[in-house]
Amino acid sequence: MKSIDHVQEIVTQCFHCGQPCEEERFQKDGKVFCCFGCQTVYDILASHNLCEYYDFEKNPGSPQARAVEEDAYNYLDLPEVKKSLVSFQSDTFTRVTFRIPAIHCVSCIWLLENLSAVNAAIVKSNVVFGRKQVTIDFLSDKLSLAAVARLLAQLGYPPQIQLDSSIAKAPESNRSLIIKLAVAGFAFGNIMLLSFPEYLGLDGADIQLQHWFSYLNLLLAIPVVVYSGRDFFINAWLSFQQRQINIDVPIAVGLAALFLRSGYDIVTSTGAGYMDSLTGLVFFLLIGRWFQSKTYERLAFDRDYKSYFPLAVQRWTNMGWYPVVVYELVKGDRIRIRHSEIIPADGILLSEEAIIDYSFVTGEARPVTVGKGNDIFAGGRLLGQAVELTISKKTEQSYLTSLWNHATFQKPAESKYRKIIDRAAQRFTWFVLALAVVTAVYWYVYDSTQLWLVITSVLMVACPCALALAAPFTYGSMLRLFGLHGFYLKNADVVERLATIDAVVFDKTGTLTQGAHTVKFMGVIDPHELAWVQLLASGSTHPLSRLVADSIQKKSNVAIQDFCEYPGQGLAGKIDRIEIKLGSASWVGFTGFQKDASSQVFVSIGGEVRGYFKIETAIRPDMKNLIHRLGNIVKALLSGDHSLDQTKMKELFGKVPLFFDQSPHDKLSYVEKLQGDNHRVLMVGDGLNDSGALKQSDVGIAVSDDTGVFTPACDGIIKGSVLGNLDRFLSLGKKATIILKIAFGISFFYNFIALSFAVSGHLTPLVAAILMPISSVSVVGFSSLAVRWVGRSLST
Amino acid sequence: MLIIILLISISLTIAIGFLIAFVWGMRTGQFDDTYGPSVRMLFEDKKKK
Repeated sequence: MKSIDHVQEIVTQCFHCGQPCEEERFQKDGKVFCCFGCQTVYDILASHNLCEYYDFEKNPGSPQARAVEEDAYNYLDLPEVKKSLVSFQSDTFTRVTFRIPAIHCVSCIWLLENLSAVNAAIVKSNVVFGRKQVTIDFLSDKLSLAAVARLLAQLGYPPQIQLDSSIAKAPESNRSLIIKLAVAGFAFGNIMLLSFPEYLGLDGADIQLQHWFSYLNLLLAIPVVVYSGRDFFINAWLSFQQRQINIDVPIAVGLAALFLRSGYDIVTSTGAGYMDSLTGLVFFLLIGRWFQSKTYERLAFDRDYKSYFPLAVQRWTNMGWYPVVVYELVKGDRIRIRHSEIIPADGILLSEEAIIDYSFVTGEARPVTVGKGNDIFAGGRLLGQAVELTISKKTEQSYLTSLWNHATFQKPAESKYRKIIDRAAQRFTWFVLALAVVTAVYWYVYDSTQLWLVITSVLMVACPCALALAAPFTYGSMLRLFGLHGFYLKNADVVERLATIDAVVFDKTGTLTQGAHTVKFMGVIDPHELAWVQLLASGSTHPLSRLVADSIQKKSNVAIQDFCEYPGQGLAGKIDRIEIKLGSASWVGFTGFQKDASSQVFVSIGGEVRGYFKIETAIRPDMKNLIHRLGNIVKALLSGDHSLDQTKMKELFGKVPLFFDQSPHDKLSYVEKLQGDNHRVLMVGDGLNDSGALKQSDVGIAVSDDTGVFTPACDGIIKGSVLGNLDRFLSLGKKATIILKIAFGISFFYNFIALSFAVSGHLTPLVAAILMPISSVSVVGFSSLAVRWVGRSLST
Repeated sequence: MLIIILLISISLTIAIGFLIAFVWGMRTGQFDDTYGPSVRMLFEDKKKK
């Protein structure tokens, strides 16, 4: 027997993934690996001469590359799944695009584009780095789709399979916006150039040129109005039909006035027209749209429970186990679920015992043990051994997914809030119309020949370009600033709603507490005995055993005898003829223990109780300060868990009401109730059980420690590590609205100057061409700089 | 003065050519990945075996 005390802790890095390796158990070609998975990937690469992979970046692999089971991804070959995934298919050739969250470096690109070296049936593969996507062309008569996915998974790049084919379509609208922007920019530049002769003044013989240039300008401006500016007219018309005035209405009126007046001037040779102002206006407005439309492509904000559930499971048929798509499961089907898979539908357990973690769906932190014949609910994650069950309800009718039938999920989310910009635009439009009427009356009396010129001038300069740019640039800059600090919002409008928040509601499990557990040993134990305990615990699949095993760094290589596991009680085994027991207090024979909020695993060695492992869910650091700083806008804690953590939470929250055992519906109706009391509610949650409340709240924020994994539908995703900054984000949201109002002031100031030119009949093309860009640039400059200035507080 | 008209016609034609090239590039997704190409050009060509 090797004594444990002599094992030194060697800090070496895994050659593949860079994680520290405690032991040099896995070695090959003089390289050290942290686990078998990493070594396997290396083996594959080495045998195909692909070790260049390790040259571009140091330790480029992803950790936790687990062995891929032989039948994994088999469901991809089901015709209906395949159809929705592949983008092109013929008898021999298939093209598929996978989303692979693990793509992160140059080595990834290199390896994924050299897949053909690993398997000759892959013809070509192409990575789009920004979107973490790989498009693979392969010979489908030689290789199945499932085999391609398995190959990727074996290399440590498991594809993320989603049936909604939203993957490739997202950039389309962005592309057309950029083309519109390019057309407007092109016309703007050329028209400015061609307008120079007019502004500098031509005389005598060159006056001919002036007409020629004007017609050229008219020609260049047509695609800008018809193509680039199309959306403004369409939006204005739509809002006009709904009898509401949004910012697009005055813009469309201004654009129309500019174009018609300029066209008239040019055709009748009475002036040079305002084509440079017109095209510049469209160009700047489109920049604003583009700035606003940039969001986080990698993150998904609109997922419902369907993307959390598995796509397919193993179903028993007469011919054996076959994969079947989840939505085809019917009552009475017998299915098999493996470790860490998610239960797709309500069912009845056929196996002896199952340990299920419902934390994501119900908020219950501790895994539940279910016995044979009992109900298992959809959404739970199976821990430990594979089990079989009979389906009792279809997925969409299952108990926990019935939440999605609630009305909150049926109505569109956007209509709830009327934006500041639209309210400002409404007043502005009425003001301009009134002014136009007054001016018209005045000029009709004073000099009726000038009437139309003055009215069109008023409508032209009233076009609120700077006003329309203020919101995208203020909120857009704030959105980027938040993104830099780990707080990702769905779009810029959320910043505006964030500023109005006056009630905050928290979820507990996964939100205030971390997904990770803290394991502490209370008692006296020798290090080598601890290593034995680790060995014993690692033999069990029970979640508590796993936690204990993972928490012990010391490892032992001795053999274990007479290992046995008693469900619901604990483990026992013999090392060196000494009996070691792990489990409940009664199992090890310990009496007189006071139960508290933590879970305990007791240890006895050689019949003597040595103490216990105290396992707690850790509260995120800084939560107490956060709740203190937020003060009385914190309205409640809504936890799906039972009240075991009550004392701890009481300490954290003080007088704020705490609600335990809340169903997803309870949470939703609590948020509704707050809104009924005229509160604007911010819900912070993480799991499926919060998704109703997240959707109902004015701003729903999902907490996630890894932005690549599933988050419920929400308005924003915040990294768990920066949740302590939530109060700062809220106050920055408020400051953003103040900045916006100042920017409105600046833009009104310019509008006022321009209008005073217009009503007095002095608006020449030159004045318009100077005022318009200056107002836009100063508003954009002010709002971007001001956001950066108020955002300094985040960096400290 | 005819020369100015000629020159401007030429310059506009060229500029429109570039605009069309840009639109084509955008439509065919050449600007979708702005990071990949910069590293891809540094990869060694594979030796044919």
